[in-house]
Amino acid sequence: MADEPLLRVEHLTTVFNLPGGTVPVVDDVSFEIRAGETLGLVGESGSGKSVTALSIMRLVQPPGRVAGGRLLFKGRDLSALDERAMREVRGADIALIFQEPMTALNPVFTIGDQIAETLLVHGRATRAEAAATAVELLDAVRIPDAASRVRDYPHQLSGGMRQRVLIAMALACRPALVIADEPTTALDVTIQAEILDLLRDMKARFHVSLLLITHDLGVIAETVDRVAVMYAGRIVETGPVRPVLRNPNHPYTRGLLASIPGGAPGQRLNAIEGSVPRLGALPSGCAFGPRCPDRFDACTTAPPPDYPTGVDHAAKCYLYNPHSAFRIPHSDASR
Amino acid sequence: MLKTGGAIVLLAAAAALFGPALTPFDPVSQELALRLAAPTLSHPFGLDELGRDILARVLAGARISFLVGVTVVSISASLGTVLGAAAGYFGGLLDDAIGRAIDILLAFPGLLLAIALVAVLGPSLVNVLFALTIIGWVGYARLVRGQVLRVRELEYVQAARAMGARAPHILWRHIIPAAMPAVVVQATLGMGGAIVGEAALSFLGLGVQPPSPSWGTMLNGGRAHLLDAPHLTIFPGLAIAALVLGLNFLGDGLRDATDPRRNT
Repeated sequence: MADEPLLRVEHLTTVFNLPGGTVPVVDDVSFEIRAGETLGLVGESGSGKSVTALSIMRLVQPPGRVAGGRLLFKGRDLSALDERAMREVRGADIALIFQEPMTALNPVFTIGDQIAETLLVHGRATRAEAAATAVELLDAVRIPDAASRVRDYPHQLSGGMRQRVLIAMALACRPALVIADEPTTALDVTIQAEILDLLRDMKARFHVSLLLITHDLGVIAETVDRVAVMYAGRIVETGPVRPVLRNPNHPYTRGLLASIPGGAPGQRLNAIEGSVPRLGALPSGCAFGPRCPDRFDACTTAPPPDYPTGVDHAAKCYLYNPHSAFRIPHSDASR
Repeated sequence: MLKTGGAIVLLAAAAALFGPALTPFDPVSQELALRLAAPTLSHPFGLDELGRDILARVLAGARISFLVGVTVVSISASLGTVLGAAAGYFGGLLDDAIGRAIDILLAFPGLLLAIALVAVLGPSLVNVLFALTIIGWVGYARLVRGQVLRVRELEYVQAARAMGARAPHILWRHIIPAAMPAVVVQATLGMGGAIVGEAALSFLGLGVQPPSPSWGTMLNGGRAHLLDAPHLTIFPGLAIAALVLGLNFLGDGLRDATDPRRNT
């Protein structure tokens, strides 16, 4: 990759200071998002996806705090910025779309007001200009009759429409990166497809990169260019979307994909054995070790580093350690 | 309840505003020959121990009661809202400092503290306002702090933060408006409290000084004549009871009207 990535997250660690001790919720996470690319961050609930997003925005609230790592955005380290400079980045350079369209809009202001607010907060427009831009943005996110809907209150809109409004708000200042935290989770399946389509369209039209956080592998398959799979606060596998989904390397990714329903009718669902470890009580070595069908001696020694497994594809798994006697070249993607 | 309370309060406000212009008698002019005279057609509430028309005094006293109620409530509600919002939003040391101040003030019986303050500062209307505000803001601060703790976790507040908004902007635009319904209810109920507080201080001789007609002062004047001229006590007493009852009705009505669970 000749180009400097838009955002490079290096060794990000976010901990929560809880009464029982300090718990790492995001544990030494590194990834990058290239200009114009969509990166999917996938993992189950509690794997640290949302906290990763909030850490990038530097919005982690106590008792959480970012304990280490660098956030290089356009070559600038966000973690070194003071609060004032960081405020100028939020909304203007990096925008965040929340999961719940029902509660992410303030019920007492019109949607036009709320779209305009972003522009006004950043001093990008006068009141009149901002109002006009709000109509344009509503139109761009395919809300019919934008000129009159701009005066609607959130309760007058359906969930899908509100999610469009949130996307319009995120795009208002023409950010370079949009982080969408489970943007379709709260919506009906048919509406989900429309919103994903809209996100793809907006990405091309507004030239933004997208960090899409989801637990839905279907969404990932349709929308993203590259995937990062999170488990227990760590990224266990990264790679281009097709190789990762077709030929998953990490046993956790394989388990996730195998547990998607859709075999023969009546067939039992394949679940991953065991349950997610409690953060703060992670097993030594690989966090997935105790549940892994392929575990062996090395798995309990130390958390595995990234081992390259293909072009732009890596997995944190000792199976791919070139110096390990147990190294298994994985060809059985059909498992 | 909302309508009954509103009607009583409106009536009392109209009486305070226009009443003194409608009665021919001056609240401080004395007609000593008619001291303690019982109610008649020309003096429907009778005359007091110095021969002053009690109706005129009750109407003039309403002005003082409203002045105290409105002033104390608006200052203590504003102060309490700002301090409570800051404590709830920023947390940390600021929250600890404001929280301890609230705890200390709440540890005193409110009126006792007001009496002590006025006793030190000297009896006057301004000092009564000051004392009642000092004990009044605490309730609003505690209420608003709780509301802010609830509202600041809402997603639209997080979204405003993610949008790059500054704390004052978020507080002013997103958080305080959401806390306002509760503050309005508290202010309505608090106004009754302030009016009773002023009456109590004036009754004890620590508030409005004679000959200014305050309901509390009038009650004090009637105390010596409870048996031979009860109208001295009955009418100002009724005025206090009616206005405070009206305010309580109004406050309860507003609370029900702003409660989303009651509005399905």
